[in-house]
Amino acid sequence: MAKPKIGFYWCASCGGCEEAVVDLAEDILAVTAAVDIVFWPVAMDYKKADVTSLPDQALTATFINGAIRTSEQEEMARLLRAKSRYLIAFGACAQLGGIPALANEFSREAILSWVYQDAPTVVNPERVRPAVRTDDDGRTLTLPEFRNVVRTLNQVVEVDYYLPGCPPTPKLIKAAVGALLEGKLPPRGTVLAPDVALCEECPRKKTKPQDLHFTAFKRPHLVPLDPELCLLAQGLVCMGPATRGGCGALCPGANMPCTGCFGPTSRVRDQGAKMLSSLTSAMEAKEVPEVEKVLAGIPDPVGTFYRYGLAGSLLRVNTTAAAAASKEAL
Amino acid sequence: MKVKDDQPLRIGFYVCHCGHNIAGVVDCAAVAQYAATLEGVVLSRDYKYMCSSPGQELIREDIRDHNLNRVVVASCSPLLHEHTFRTAVAAGGLNPFLFQMVNIREHDAWVHTDKAAATDKAKALAAAAIRRVARHRPLETTRAPIHPDVLVVGGGISGIHAALTLANAGKKVYLVERDPSIGGHMAQFDKTFPTLDCAACILTPKMSAVRAHKNIVLWTYSEVAKVEGYVGNYTVTVRRKARYVQEELCVGCQECVEACVFKEPKFPDRFNVGLSRRKPIYMPFPQAVPQAVVIDPERCIELKTGKCKKTCLEACADRHAIDFQQKEELVQIHVGSMIVATGYELFDPRRLPHYGYGRYPDVLTTLECERLISSSGPTGGELRLHSGQAPTAVGFVLCAGSRDYKTNRWCSRTCCMHSMKLAQIIRERTGAEVTLFYIDIRAPGKGGEEFYDRALAQGVKFVRGRVAEVSDCPLSPAEQGKLIVRVEDTLAGMVRRIPLDMVVLAVGMEPQANAQEVRRIMNMSCSAEGWFLEKHPKMAPVSTFTDGVFIAGCCQGPKDIPDSIAQAGAAAAEALALIDAGGIDQEPNTAYISEEDCSGCKSCVDLCPYKAIAFDPVKEKASINAALCKGCGVCVAACPSGSIGQNLFEDQEVFEEIEGVLAHA
Amino acid sequence: MPENNWQPRIVAFFCSWCTYTAADLAGVSRLKYAPNIRIIRLMCSGRVDPQFVLEALARGADGVLIGGCHPGDCHYAEGNFKTLRRYQMLRRVLGAMGISEERIRLEWISASEGERVRMVINDLVERIRILGPLDLPGRLAACDAELGASAQALRLPQYRQPAADLREVIHG
Repeated sequence: MAKPKIGFYWCASCGGCEEAVVDLAEDILAVTAAVDIVFWPVAMDYKKADVTSLPDQALTATFINGAIRTSEQEEMARLLRAKSRYLIAFGACAQLGGIPALANEFSREAILSWVYQDAPTVVNPERVRPAVRTDDDGRTLTLPEFRNVVRTLNQVVEVDYYLPGCPPTPKLIKAAVGALLEGKLPPRGTVLAPDVALCEECPRKKTKPQDLHFTAFKRPHLVPLDPELCLLAQGLVCMGPATRGGCGALCPGANMPCTGCFGPTSRVRDQGAKMLSSLTSAMEAKEVPEVEKVLAGIPDPVGTFYRYGLAGSLLRVNTTAAAAASKEAL
Repeated sequence: MKVKDDQPLRIGFYVCHCGHNIAGVVDCAAVAQYAATLEGVVLSRDYKYMCSSPGQELIREDIRDHNLNRVVVASCSPLLHEHTFRTAVAAGGLNPFLFQMVNIREHDAWVHTDKAAATDKAKALAAAAIRRVARHRPLETTRAPIHPDVLVVGGGISGIHAALTLANAGKKVYLVERDPSIGGHMAQFDKTFPTLDCAACILTPKMSAVRAHKNIVLWTYSEVAKVEGYVGNYTVTVRRKARYVQEELCVGCQECVEACVFKEPKFPDRFNVGLSRRKPIYMPFPQAVPQAVVIDPERCIELKTGKCKKTCLEACADRHAIDFQQKEELVQIHVGSMIVATGYELFDPRRLPHYGYGRYPDVLTTLECERLISSSGPTGGELRLHSGQAPTAVGFVLCAGSRDYKTNRWCSRTCCMHSMKLAQIIRERTGAEVTLFYIDIRAPGKGGEEFYDRALAQGVKFVRGRVAEVSDCPLSPAEQGKLIVRVEDTLAGMVRRIPLDMVVLAVGMEPQANAQEVRRIMNMSCSAEGWFLEKHPKMAPVSTFTDGVFIAGCCQGPKDIPDSIAQAGAAAAEALALIDAGGIDQEPNTAYISEEDCSGCKSCVDLCPYKAIAFDPVKEKASINAALCKGCGVCVAACPSGSIGQNLFEDQEVFEEIEGVLAHA
Repeated sequence: MPENNWQPRIVAFFCSWCTYTAADLAGVSRLKYAPNIRIIRLMCSGRVDPQFVLEALARGADGVLIGGCHPGDCHYAEGNFKTLRRYQMLRRVLGAMGISEERIRLEWISASEGERVRMVINDLVERIRILGPLDLPGRLAACDAELGASAQALRLPQYRQPAADLREVIHG
């Protein structure tokens, strides 16, 4: 019997998700024994044509990591969607937008002018910017189009399952691949991780007091951290209570607060809103000036509460910036 | 009886015309037609009065005939009729919580004039409720037991009557009064209108009955310091101020008062509104209940300096009632319901400098005049001017500080009758000329108009016009040495100057200065003026927004003695109904934690003001004690992993409402 | 919606004890105010999950009004303080996301302040008229126009998923 065909692809991502596959270590041998990897441009020499030539749904599953920012990523996502029975959003960027989606706080124009013109390290007197088409000595060079906003994978194509994490842990990947091979898949749309918040598996859980009242918020690089005490009890914004478990509390284990890469539980529509609600509810202050003083301890609320989830959040995009920039462009 | 989750939705939608109240502004038929197009709606009707018996019957029949499994009624506020319709839904054989109400009267028809916009709004609100109700699940109410003891706050006539009514019904009552004696304002009155029967004669027996009643615990000179708990189960902390006299040992002989080192009474006597003097140790007034003296710590030399001869102690001798060591005490009691009857204060006419109160000694308030003609008053019932002479011409200025945008807008309801009462007594006893200056004479109620006729028959003069000024500057020999009232006589159509010996200002009622504090302690609401707010001005006049807390008497608004007593009786009856029902159905809006979803992050535990959330150290999960949960939903909104739900206010239900109100453009 | 016909749409979350009752009182007193408000009743302003506010904006509200009891008067002791703090933080998030903080408002309105209900609603409607439409669904649709028609339906994520099956997959 022919082995199931599997594909891997990356979009707007850092490469960490690819690394995570390699992190399966010797277990990857079992995977490769059980499946045929027919598309994995990062690791092996595949061309787009190798996929285009396949009949629809020829691949059993494709794992796409990274958010969608360019026309090329979009095109590949659509292509792989058509060729795969199961499309799996692999990692925080594909699932929720991830770090790249923090760009949604700014307009496309603001980003391009900073990166190619205004940043102090840039020397670009001709104000050259990448263009979709460039004529150079009679040859036409093309680049993918840089879209207005960063999107999650499911904002572009239908997604069957989600593997959360930045990156997903080997344990989750194995469990997902195992379920896939055994045909024991949960209903479509499921996030393949526990649906309970991280605290459940955090080694510091027992040290969290029941009557926590915040009088100040601290940032991890500015204070010495106790290696055992609950990080919230130390005044740090630990996203653990609002974030799915499944990673084994790797960050708190390494003395850093959870930053929320596994996204919300299925019961929550907006991870940032929920964490913000929980934290502020437990603050001590009752007067606006006092409240504001404490909140100033979280100087970048979007970057704190939506570090991985902005594209998938209820607000998604700073539409005012986007609209203003598009008017300027006109 | 219950609807299974897998049954297809069969929603019945009803929009009420409420006569013209709703239908005059909202196109009810259009709303019904629109609702019929929404998902799940199998029946949509508009009807004249949904809350009427036929309206409720319609719901019951439709549930049976059309197999409805959800009902939505668009009518008035759910605070008014939610219970009515839930009962109708239950009578139709459906769980009463598979129902949602839409407020298109108070929140729509009554506040908007643009018919198209109001109709659109009604559609949007209907769409929200229809989406919401689809998510409703059957719920069961729980019953909380009611502690049978009752606290009555305030020992004026209202509090006294409420306490006696409850005690006579066999309930244990705690009556807490701030002053050293019960009796309130009524004890200060000489006679009562319109029958002119002696106030003391009808009040004193009731006061004694309170003292003697085996079911009443009377705590005078005490205040409610703190209230915790909820209907049926309140824990109240009462502050018992130090009286420096052991109430149960004092026999009220007042030999100590006689023996006090102060030979003469020196300090203003509150009971006589400062018109007479008392000593540091005193009996509040002759008929005081309890019959026990009290020591004023601000005036007593022993209590101020510790260096008094303590002649009072000698006088008290082996009764040992006087106790300089007495300390303020905090006592905790448990009650199931409370009646607040904290009364009123009188308007201070110093706020009307043009009437000369405080400047001219013969400008008095009605209460001062009352004390002067009272046989128990400072003059033994002889009406006397400051000079000691009897007045020959007395004027009453009505609405002093009332019905006036600059001071108090409201009518105090009693001042006209009160002034006519004093006028009649003065005519009767002294033969002095009496003139009443009024804007309108308000003499409603049983015997009111007859009372007015009687005043006219007795020769009391009535001048219609708001008094502009009271002065002592004569313009003619006839005005020499008199108080001159300047008034526009609106019937004669001229400005008049009327010389008088005594001017009595008919001051109205105001909320007590500490009404806001009491309101906070008792968790009530106040009207904009500061009167305690009843749950509904007509349908629930003695209930408050807090279950188990009732109001009676003038703390709710100005009223006379018969109305106060009627209201006190009503409040007592409401408390009795609550107690005898044995329990109260609680809205099933409690929060709950799904154990399998909870991560045990403990974020919620300390947010609960009722300590209803507990953390199980073995399971390492939080759980909510439904009996303690009051359904505020704070923990639900704050749970970072969305693992706390709230019956009747589930996230999904609210999300549906949000989507619903925005779905209809 | 064409811009000249635009009418502000405001979603309000009122606590049952104070502000909702005050809105009833406004009705009983026949006070007139702008019809642009849609009131949702909750037991306490402390029940207002910040998600509700964001959801309302994401679904097309131009503004959100939260009404609760005055500080110290909360029927549930301190629910309104929790609301206040959430609101202050939410304003910061909205500001960073380019949504004027003026579009959301928190007001303390007691049961007796029917007149205040009228005043606050009229004032908010006027301010939002000046700010103009927010129309997040429209703006997001405009952003997504570059995708063509195919991806429109997928903008909001999928929510409730069965937890039990999943555990089996992960741990079983």
